[in-house]
Amino acid sequence: MAKKAHVTPMLDELENGPWPSFISGIKRLRDEHSDDRINGVANSLLGQLEHSYETRKGYWKGGTISVYGYGSGIIPRFSEVAQAFEESKEFHTLRVQPPAGNYYTTDILRQLGDSWEKYGSGLVTFHGQTGNIMFIGTSSENTQYFFNEVNEYGWDLGGAGPCVRTGMSCVGSARCEQSCIDEMRVHRTLLNNFTDDVHRPALPYKFKFKVSGCGNDCMNSIERSDFAIIGTWRDDMKVDQDAFKEYVAGKGRQHTIDNIITRCPTNALSLNDDDSLEVDNRNCVRCMHCLNVVPKALSPGDDKGATILMGGKRTLKIGDLMGTVIAPFMKLDDDDDYEALTELAEEVIDYWAENGLEHERCGEMVERIGLVNFLEGIGVEVDPNMIAETRSSSYVRMDDWDIEAKKWFERKAEQKKTS
Amino acid sequence: MLEGQRTPTESGCPDGFQYMHPLMRKNYGNWAYHEDPRPGVLKHTARGGEAIYTVRAGTQRILDLFTLRKLCDIGDEYAEGYVRFTIRSNIEYMVADGSKVEPLIAALEKEGFVVGGTRNSVAMISHTQGWLHCDIPGTDASGVVKSMMDELIDEFKNWNMPNRVHITTACCQINCGGQGDIAINIQHTKPPRINHDLVANICERPSVVARCPVAAIRPALVNGKPSLEVDEKKCICCGACYPPCTPMQINDPEHTKLAIWVGGNHSNARGKPTFQKLVAAGIPNNPPRWPEATAIVKKILQTYKDNARDWERLNDWIERIGWPRFFELTELPFTKFHVDNWRGARRSLNASTHIRF
Ligand code: HEM
Ligand code: SF4
Ligand code: SF4
Ligand code: SF4
Ligand code: SF4
Repeated sequence: MAKKAHVTPMLDELENGPWPSFISGIKRLRDEHSDDRINGVANSLLGQLEHSYETRKGYWKGGTISVYGYGSGIIPRFSEVAQAFEESKEFHTLRVQPPAGNYYTTDILRQLGDSWEKYGSGLVTFHGQTGNIMFIGTSSENTQYFFNEVNEYGWDLGGAGPCVRTGMSCVGSARCEQSCIDEMRVHRTLLNNFTDDVHRPALPYKFKFKVSGCGNDCMNSIERSDFAIIGTWRDDMKVDQDAFKEYVAGKGRQHTIDNIITRCPTNALSLNDDDSLEVDNRNCVRCMHCLNVVPKALSPGDDKGATILMGGKRTLKIGDLMGTVIAPFMKLDDDDDYEALTELAEEVIDYWAENGLEHERCGEMVERIGLVNFLEGIGVEVDPNMIAETRSSSYVRMDDWDIEAKKWFERKAEQKKTS
Repeated sequence: MLEGQRTPTESGCPDGFQYMHPLMRKNYGNWAYHEDPRPGVLKHTARGGEAIYTVRAGTQRILDLFTLRKLCDIGDEYAEGYVRFTIRSNIEYMVADGSKVEPLIAALEKEGFVVGGTRNSVAMISHTQGWLHCDIPGTDASGVVKSMMDELIDEFKNWNMPNRVHITTACCQINCGGQGDIAINIQHTKPPRINHDLVANICERPSVVARCPVAAIRPALVNGKPSLEVDEKKCICCGACYPPCTPMQINDPEHTKLAIWVGGNHSNARGKPTFQKLVAAGIPNNPPRWPEATAIVKKILQTYKDNARDWERLNDWIERIGWPRFFELTELPFTKFHVDNWRGARRSLNASTHIRF
């Protein structure tokens, strides 16, 4: 310990109780770490945090810090009470992109930890809400050195500011039986196609990709991303009738009816007299409920692909928005399919970059200009899967009805020919 | 170039396969089903018959190097050196050898980590940054979460809930907190106090004016200097003007409160994804342990646990029993503030004679 420790009576309260305490962890850095710099930063951070707890106010302000060649990836933090808490007066966070799916060996975690020990506070979070590894707390000078070191062995910064942000993908194909797409490939194909837009903020606002392997949407991608890629299937779900009967025999008919049959949102299920399951696949909306209840008996079909939704976001500025469908189904098997996905993303980002207002999320722009204008802008045809219901207001001009109706029939005829 | 400057390698998102357990790599995209041997443990079986066990543990999320290394030591000694992190910042250890599961759990618990958070438990609260690191927070996030998880730890370790419960927090009204079955979020109750001396120096006034969702901000001259003024009747106290202009002081030790929302659900299972809805507000922002907020969360959880059916998420349950019954059972007050008046609000009203008696 270099200096006298700040007293932290309020934070000390957070060392009580059975859940692991972040305060105890910061105190260990203050009291037990061999590097004076780290002791000092931890002490000063605890002092400032205690001051926040006492006065119920935050004392960090932003600024501009970046590493050479990049315009984003660092969250700058300067203390407003630096006179009292000198050693953490610069306390910037580096957002580093994790591997798709968040896999690590203990070796690589140690290596990252060692680098951070050289240059940072010793505090790290796996992961922030956007999905980055957050290396929390370093000086302006050391951001560059830390980045240089980890960049040498394969790690790059994530986004911050008006740019493409770090993506997220679920565990999916690596472990989960519900997965309908190769989440890691989708994630890396998209993110690494937009590296320039991640590192150099020049968009109206942030843009997030998130990938979930099925409708359970473990990545919260519909609500939390501008561009959600969610696995699904087109053919019939697979039913192992023997396994299903075994389930019914174990749990009982009433349980099966109450927990599976009646819970299907589209009444697509019925229990046959011999306890096998009948599925109306034409009306199954791939909600995943029945597959979640009996994973041993029910699984996705073979003709897999993805549904794309766009425009999810949190409150600022017009209120929370869910993403909505812009592509009901895309195959994601071969290189051409991935190219089509990337092209769609490029169309979307280009159109929004040109037509979005400053600080306007893509979903807000769609809300402002209407879905139809947006679709025309990105060259996508309307599809009834994009709506929950048709219009209920007659206040619209429909001069071109005949032309549009003709287009629909032509499109249908075309689809028939190619399928 | 200055010292240290170096042209970056724009490698982007790293390949996860290099860090993935070999058995998972081998069976990638080829899994048959999973089982839940006990809380905190998953067993996934591949089509070929091989199985992988996952042990999930909750941590303090803000990890110090000692804790990170301890987690690695446990991974080397009791597991197979392969880990991942969930979206809610739990660590997961993957092992092919099922006999390692129990010793691994024992090792984690001995070091104070908490094994659980799977299936119908209360999952780790997902949280934002707060006073520890953000520049606009009304409260601390890590502290709120630590205090609540201390009280909800048994629900994390067990399968007592009708379905999974995702709790989230957010330390401002506009940003990074997500939708949750229960969300504990900042709610400001007074318009920003403006530090006029600073506006002229640090704020780009037109962009601050544009940020306000209700057009309550106007450029103004105050004491002869360019500043801003807020129409306090219009202002909804959202705090959106604060990030671009810190002199718009929205955070207040007294009037920045907490509000609790329920029924946010990201999954498509059964119903479509839903937004969370307001149930309680005016809750004191009371560090270091926020007992008032925790008490309400516990009351809601207990009521849900006692009354919901299996597989009902909080939103499913409320949809079935209706809002009057929800307020009756939870003994929370229903007020005029629960009635939405934002855009599209009429869709949230009851346009029917559907009423439960
Ligand atoms: C000064 C301003 C802001 C700061 C310091 C800030 C900070 C952060 C941080 C640290 C995260 C987690 C990042 C990570 O995982 O790496 C985050 C996530 C997020 N922020 Fe911000 N943020 C700011 C402004 C905003 C604004 C204005 C919005 C919305 C309009 C916003 C929406 C979000 C959302 C939705 C997430 C979570 C996203 C997800 O789930 O992917 N933030 N923010
Ligand atoms: S989103 Fe679906 S595929 Fe991905 S982890 Fe969740 S359940 Fe599995
Ligand atoms: S997946 Fe959902 S919609 Fe399809 S049959 Fe099962 S419960 Fe019904
Ligand atoms: S929720 Fe708001 S205050 Fe909290 S970390 Fe996110 S931006 Fe900052
Ligand atoms: S707090 Fe919100 S409503 Fe009030 S002036 Fe600021 S941006 Fe406008």
